[in-house]
Amino acid sequence: MHDVRTGAATAPRYPYPSVTSRTPGPRTDAGVYSRYARRYARLVTMPTTAPPAHALADVTASDSTLRRFLHGLPGVDAVGLEARAASLGTRSIKTTAKAYAIDLAISMVDLTTLEGADTPGKVRALGAKAVHPDPTDRTAPTTAAVCVYPDMVAVAKEAVAGSGVKVASVATAFPAGRAALDVKLADVREAVAAGADEIDMVIDRGAFLAGKYLKVYDEILAVKEACGANARLKVIFETGELSTYDNIRRASWLGMLAGADFIKTSTGKVAVNATPANTLLMLEAVRDFRAQTGVQVGVKPAGGIRTSKDAVKFLVLVNETAGADWLDNHWFRFGASSLLNDLLMQRQKLASGRYSGPDYVTVD
Amino acid sequence: MDMEMLSSAFEYAPAPESRSVVDIAPSYGLFIDGEFVEATGGKVFKTVSPSTEEVLSEVAEAAEEDVDRAVRAARKAFEKWSALPGAERAKYLFRIARIIQERSRELAVLETLDNGKPIKETRDADLPLVAAHFFYYAGWADKLDHAGFGADPRPLGVAGQVIPWNFPLLMLAWKIAPALATGNTVVLKPAETTPLSALFFADVCRQAGLPKGVVNIVTGDGRTGAALVAHPDVNKVAFTGSTAVGKQIARTVAGTRKKLTLELGGKGANIVFDDAPIDQAVEGIVSGIFFNQGQVCCAGSRLLVQESIQDELLDALKRRLSTLRLGDPLDKNTDIGAINSAEQLARITALAEKGEAEGAERWSPACELPSSGYWFAPTLFTNVTQAHTIAREEIFGPVLSVLTFRTPDEAVAKANNTQYGLSAGIWSEKGSRILAVASKLRAGVIWSNTFNKFDPTSPFGGYKESGFGREGGRHGLEAYLDV
Amino acid sequence: MSDARLSVFKTYKLYVGGKFPRSESGRVYEVTDAKNNWLANAPLSSRKDARDAVVAARKAFGGWSGATAYNRGQVLYRVAEMLEGRREQFVREVADAEGLSKSKAAAVVDAAIDRWVWYAGWTDKIAQVVGGANPVAGPFFNLSSPEPTGVVAVLAPQDSSFLGLVSVLAPVIATGNTAVVVASEKSPLPALSLAEVLATSDVPGGVVNILSGRTAEIATPLAAHQDVNAIDLAGADEDLAKELEIAAADNLKRVLRPQAVDYSETPGADRLTAFLETKTVWHTTGALGAAGSSY
Repeated sequence: MHDVRTGAATAPRYPYPSVTSRTPGPRTDAGVYSRYARRYARLVTMPTTAPPAHALADVTASDSTLRRFLHGLPGVDAVGLEARAASLGTRSIKTTAKAYAIDLAISMVDLTTLEGADTPGKVRALGAKAVHPDPTDRTAPTTAAVCVYPDMVAVAKEAVAGSGVKVASVATAFPAGRAALDVKLADVREAVAAGADEIDMVIDRGAFLAGKYLKVYDEILAVKEACGANARLKVIFETGELSTYDNIRRASWLGMLAGADFIKTSTGKVAVNATPANTLLMLEAVRDFRAQTGVQVGVKPAGGIRTSKDAVKFLVLVNETAGADWLDNHWFRFGASSLLNDLLMQRQKLASGRYSGPDYVTVD
Repeated sequence: MDMEMLSSAFEYAPAPESRSVVDIAPSYGLFIDGEFVEATGGKVFKTVSPSTEEVLSEVAEAAEEDVDRAVRAARKAFEKWSALPGAERAKYLFRIARIIQERSRELAVLETLDNGKPIKETRDADLPLVAAHFFYYAGWADKLDHAGFGADPRPLGVAGQVIPWNFPLLMLAWKIAPALATGNTVVLKPAETTPLSALFFADVCRQAGLPKGVVNIVTGDGRTGAALVAHPDVNKVAFTGSTAVGKQIARTVAGTRKKLTLELGGKGANIVFDDAPIDQAVEGIVSGIFFNQGQVCCAGSRLLVQESIQDELLDALKRRLSTLRLGDPLDKNTDIGAINSAEQLARITALAEKGEAEGAERWSPACELPSSGYWFAPTLFTNVTQAHTIAREEIFGPVLSVLTFRTPDEAVAKANNTQYGLSAGIWSEKGSRILAVASKLRAGVIWSNTFNKFDPTSPFGGYKESGFGREGGRHGLEAYLDV
Repeated sequence: MSDARLSVFKTYKLYVGGKFPRSESGRVYEVTDAKNNWLANAPLSSRKDARDAVVAARKAFGGWSGATAYNRGQVLYRVAEMLEGRREQFVREVADAEGLSKSKAAAVVDAAIDRWVWYAGWTDKIAQVVGGANPVAGPFFNLSSPEPTGVVAVLAPQDSSFLGLVSVLAPVIATGNTAVVVASEKSPLPALSLAEVLATSDVPGGVVNILSGRTAEIATPLAAHQDVNAIDLAGADEDLAKELEIAAADNLKRVLRPQAVDYSETPGADRLTAFLETKTVWHTTGALGAAGSSY
């Protein structure tokens, strides 16, 4: 697994040409969004120093170019989006496909505890569960990560040491994000210093809803910088607060332009969290962003996904929207806690032919 | 952890719906006067599963005498049925609706077997709409005084109804529900290639206790249909099918008192403006032309895309088509099923070849077709102009012709430049443009930012050579009332 | 003073595209009163006149169907006003044409004027009566609206040359269709005179086109014409009606078959709806926010 942004070996296996060259010439990129790139390319002055990281770097040159770009993205018809998500939800995933999907889903779980009452003991238990999700079956894959508050990163790191399980930490005054930027950055630096492999930041929804897109963008940039070279950045939009699909699409592009490694639906702390529709929309965004820039970005729905059936539906969304390249825990995650036990019970059922029960999985 | 283990693609394992939920008899007679009877002379024909060419059953072929018997049975039943209080007729229709809901899994599998369409569609579209249609018209039966046709509007008498093979049971519902609600009795002829669901409907009528002769089903080919339409004691003719046959029927009933409604062909334009919600437009284009293998009279078979977004839209569309799953119609994950008959496949094939011969550019996703049965890969043609045959003739298959336009005026002019006028689609996020374009399109059903949506309350039917009369809604009552 | 001034005869002409041409064929035929006295020579229209009338009607369709219903109502009411002013002329012409007494003819003309008023009032109501929102089971706003069918060929009743004519013509144009009228074969003069009223009543040229001549000769090309959308067979006998209905099937014209009508009675809305199409438009709605579905 390689992050294409690092320039490492793996080129996207995407069937459509992506931007690989910055030399002027005939347009080779055929992404849906290229017309916006063309439109806005004229409006900005190319920086003479550092070349843009990708074809769309120019759109963040000023508040007005960024605003015009985001408002120029195609609108989202809510009925059509939700109908498509529901229709993909009717896929019937059985037998071998189900076994594959359940193991894949387990491997994609960011096993999460984000409570005021979190203790080192609780976090250690979570870490142990992440490393050996099913105590009765060591063939069960590990989860992708454990996700904790910054002050628990060190404990978590120790609990998963040597397993390959990552430690993710929410930061930036999670979940509200209502703090001064230097406080947020200090939060991030603390988590990174404690060994966090991944940082889950929240955007400033207030600024976004007030139309201050460049403020949101700059803040993500700053957090990205604070993450350093090793920690991957997940950008949480809190889609339930952004409210409209148009906003979610704009936020997705804003986050990706600012260098997000993952775009993430929600904190799990508000009424509406991950839904098939908003996740589908974000999958479209990462698909189009890669077609446009060659940069692949991950997606993490979080909150509200509790059953294997739900998880499999989300994997179908991934498979038929972004494509097989995202079917990997480097590019797709589930932010969840109770989901894992349901996946394990389903896994046991597939192995044994009997329905399992809550006494046969661990309560953490 | 070894992720290599998981790195194989997400292949969906076969998920076939169980065939055992439906019990198809080796042979079926005609349903006349409440009983299954053999055809005069005992002629039969076979009905096959289009996806495998397996013979499903043998069905009686009704001759003129049989049609006459059926019409006489319907005439006899008319007297009592039309005199029944509307509330009682309503309850029969409610019963039918409920029984269809109860038996919807069985009927969905049956329809998929006989028609070749995916179980996903029969399960999620056809059957729910069939039940809903009976529910809707059931409620009208005792409220006809309030339908806007004056006090106590009278039924016409015996309705002769001829339906197509693309939505066999749904078209039956569209015909029979309003006819019975208004107090008519019916003789219905299902299509030659899809007779089974109508014969199962006869059993639904039996379970509902519907009086004998109120619904009669005569199976057969075009000759049976012609005999029904021409029968002198038929008061009402309703036909859904090709424009050519529709015109023939119009000539047949000329000079009679028979009331006629026709729901015929189309060449619907799906217009995508540069401010469209692109991802949803792509879905709408796909559902517009690949729903039911494009064998839909209101299909969006002409994509009119604003030239400024042509490349982007086509790339997105091609990418989407590459995810369509073609194969066993009984598999719950199948998106594209079989073409209904060898004859229809030949027609689609010939028209697609003509498209190529006339210089349009043909494209299909990589797509393996099963070795038996009737199959046609999803196909799109670019570089199509108004002058191409594939932009003018109804193909009735999974073939999309892509044309471009520059301005809304041009889009409307091109969309209307056809002898048909059944459906159209508009994709734009600009409300005023949608309303302006919708008002200028000469088509009976227009979908803005959606496509191929149906509802029993929503009148359906065409302008121009797409036929006349409306099915569905309050409007749909008029076809069966003496008003 | 001399006994009587020699009167000035009127040359009756066709009414096509807002103009008053002679038949392109150059033919006329003799029109007589009920007692067989010569009244006038009327143009004997040819198939080419029919063709020209269809072209004019098609050209006028966009503007007339696109006019507001209120505007169409005003125009139809204006026709009634103009007729009222020329009442005496029409009473005389109808009396001559149909062999009626002055008082009976006056009653017919009054009824015809009132019929224009009736339909003038319908133009902006019919859509509310026959259209409306449909409560579909989904996140859609679904609206059915009536729209005019297009160019309608109207075979005016043979006997009721004026009231019958108005009764079949007014509903056709009230809803935004344009018309090619074939006047009563035997009594075309009231129809040709009506053209003069229409021409001075703000009815745009081409909305109504009036031809006189042999009904069968003119109606046959109209029934077969691919650019005519509908035909009212009121003025056809049984055999002709059947023949025309067969011809009309070639492009699936909407056909209103001849039926017994008492034109003195207040009509219903049937003739209005006979030449209306129902257009149903689905608009997506959805929730305001992205609360969305959840599994």
